Amino acid sequence: MQVKSEGRVVSITRRQFVGGCALAAGAAAAGCTSHNGDFSFLTPDEAVTLAALCDQIIPADDYPSASQAGVVRYIDLQLTRPYRRHQDAFRAGLAQAESFSVRRFGAAVVTSSPEQQLATVRMLEQQNRRFFELLRKTTMEGYYGSPRHGGNRDAVSWRMLGLTEPPVRGRARYTFSEKP
Amino acid sequence: MKRVNAALTGVGAAGGIVAKELATAGLSVALLERGRWYTANDCRKDDLRNQRTTVLGNAFGPEEESNPRVWVSPRGEATTVLPSDGSYQNNAACVGGGTLSYGAMAWRFLPQDFRMRSTYGVLAGSSLEDWPISYDDLEPFYDKAEYEIGVSGDYSGTPLHSPRKRPLPMPPLPPNREFTILEPAAKRLGLHPFHLPMLRNSVPYNGRGPCMRCRWCVGFACEVDAKNGSQNTVIPTALATGNCELRTRCMAKEILVDERGRARGVAYFDERGRLQEQPADIVVVSACAIESARLLLQSKSRLYAQGLGNRYDQVGRNLQGHHYTGAIGFFDHETYDDVGPGASIGVMEYNHGTPGLCGGGLLANEFIRLPIHMVDRMPPGTPRWGKAHKQAMRQYHRRSIVIMGPTQQIPTAEARVLLDPAVKDRWGMPVARIQGNVHPHTFAIGDVQARRAEAWLREAGAIQTARMTGHPDLVEAGQHQAGTCRMGDDPRSSVVNRECRLHDVDNVFVIDGSVHVTNGGFNPVLTIMAVAYYASDALLRAWKGAGLRS
Repeated sequence: MQVKSEGRVVSITRRQFVGGCALAAGAAAAGCTSHNGDFSFLTPDEAVTLAALCDQIIPADDYPSASQAGVVRYIDLQLTRPYRRHQDAFRAGLAQAESFSVRRFGAAVVTSSPEQQLATVRMLEQQNRRFFELLRKTTMEGYYGSPRHGGNRDAVSWRMLGLTEPPVRGRARYTFSEKP
Repeated sequence: MKRVNAALTGVGAAGGIVAKELATAGLSVALLERGRWYTANDCRKDDLRNQRTTVLGNAFGPEEESNPRVWVSPRGEATTVLPSDGSYQNNAACVGGGTLSYGAMAWRFLPQDFRMRSTYGVLAGSSLEDWPISYDDLEPFYDKAEYEIGVSGDYSGTPLHSPRKRPLPMPPLPPNREFTILEPAAKRLGLHPFHLPMLRNSVPYNGRGPCMRCRWCVGFACEVDAKNGSQNTVIPTALATGNCELRTRCMAKEILVDERGRARGVAYFDERGRLQEQPADIVVVSACAIESARLLLQSKSRLYAQGLGNRYDQVGRNLQGHHYTGAIGFFDHETYDDVGPGASIGVMEYNHGTPGLCGGGLLANEFIRLPIHMVDRMPPGTPRWGKAHKQAMRQYHRRSIVIMGPTQQIPTAEARVLLDPAVKDRWGMPVARIQGNVHPHTFAIGDVQARRAEAWLREAGAIQTARMTGHPDLVEAGQHQAGTCRMGDDPRSSVVNRECRLHDVDNVFVIDGSVHVTNGGFNPVLTIMAVAYYASDALLRAWKGAGLRS
């Protein structure tokens, strides 16, 4: 499937989609509300807004942007787990960004220009410090942290930094003998 | 429940050693550990969820919601905190305790570290004191820890190391790139750099293989079991005697006393939450500084209304850890070689002897860094986000070195652990309430240490540097927590005697970092281990004299 992000169309792979569904099913079984099959906490509108904001924190250059590396999925997953306590802050912060963008630029965050999106993030940095710091922190975690949590897809940030994944030295290559 | 000779709460660095010493001497021992038993197979290499980076929780306990703590700000505001919060001051909750996932630096304190008051006098407002025992008392037990648990390294580069009778049992790992950059620079500054001592196999030792030098080191269980903790050395030895039973996921509730005021056992909640009583001839508390103090404070009875060993309101005081400061240097060439454990070189010139400073600390290069650790460490002036930040990450992740060290904290009686009057843990027990801070002179020392780190980096060719210092609001105890059950000869100013026995109750021992009077300018674990061997030796001598049996 495809979602629009920063004026571009970004593909969401089948694996991601299925993974999201499975997770949503798990959340539903645990008594949580599932908004749709793609995300466990975020609504589709919130997800595209968040993608645009994250991509200002870590934009695309020679290497993928935050959302291209799976950061939205990372944040969404964690908001149903360790970051449950930040759910309200994200919901309110995303709504604040959206209403600011519409009021100031006459356009939703996702359809505003990159310069306007940058202005929206700067507004958050000034006016909603708590949400901005959460946004920055979780975006960095999703981009530079372990791929196992849904972000850093294909270890893209580690490759950007010239780090192999997994490292050459590793269990598969490791031999141990009492008499080396 | 069957009576045992010794019931022990908390099976970490010290508890594992005491268990082994007692069990091999023929005593029956029951080990109560609140956490689980992990092995090398539990290494997840998870950058966001480990014992060092806890943004998604701790990998090796305690469970996030089960046992909160409360910290009190300098303005008196109390906040409930969880294990993944820094102010929780977590170490670990598992078999092996911190030693399962530590960085494994293996320092002997220096002789002066046991005589801080005699060396420097008493700073007004501090509780600086000498240990009742000396370095020489502990030397044989440092040696025993180095050989039984397994330490690699090489002190031959420095004349300043503590007196020792033989070299370390294993050579150091081959130098990494940071070592080769920093060593000549240190020598040009007139310093004596050397290979850090580590509880890590550099060659096969104790039946396990050497370090494979991966990126996931401090904070992680070692994937190839090359890191030596109590969980893969003394605890298996203790269990193999057949005299020792380990019960995991058991939370101690209180030390029970009889009508004469002697301990008769331990009450605890088992893994299914049922209250159990383990009768014992002696009780050993080794739950780490914060939880050991909490357990004593919780053990209230008619004879001990303020908690066990707390007649003079000393339990929980003098909480300390280390004040880490240092500097990061940025280079115009690659410094990063992706070879763990990363930390490799140190100097001891700055531990003691600077006029005007009450002590100091080790300086060494930092453990190997994961990308997530570098996000907030870009050169001064770099934007915190956006394209410029991303480019800086590319530019500097492989071109930076951090030198830092554990400044010895100057303790105060006001930095302390109490029981919170309101917040309860999963078992309904009052949680630890942490308040107060170390003496402010600590921060003055830390600032000097940061400038020294910076000078070393500049000599090594750093084109830009930034000091890493801070004056935190709360005592930095964390994984190096110590001091809360001070060892001393005077019951009015200490909790245990020089053999780690409570002044008040002759069959209760506190054996862990809690007894440290001061915590040295080094990572404390080898001293915790040496004290555990030393105290076990004293305990067994008393046991053989039949002075401990009721």
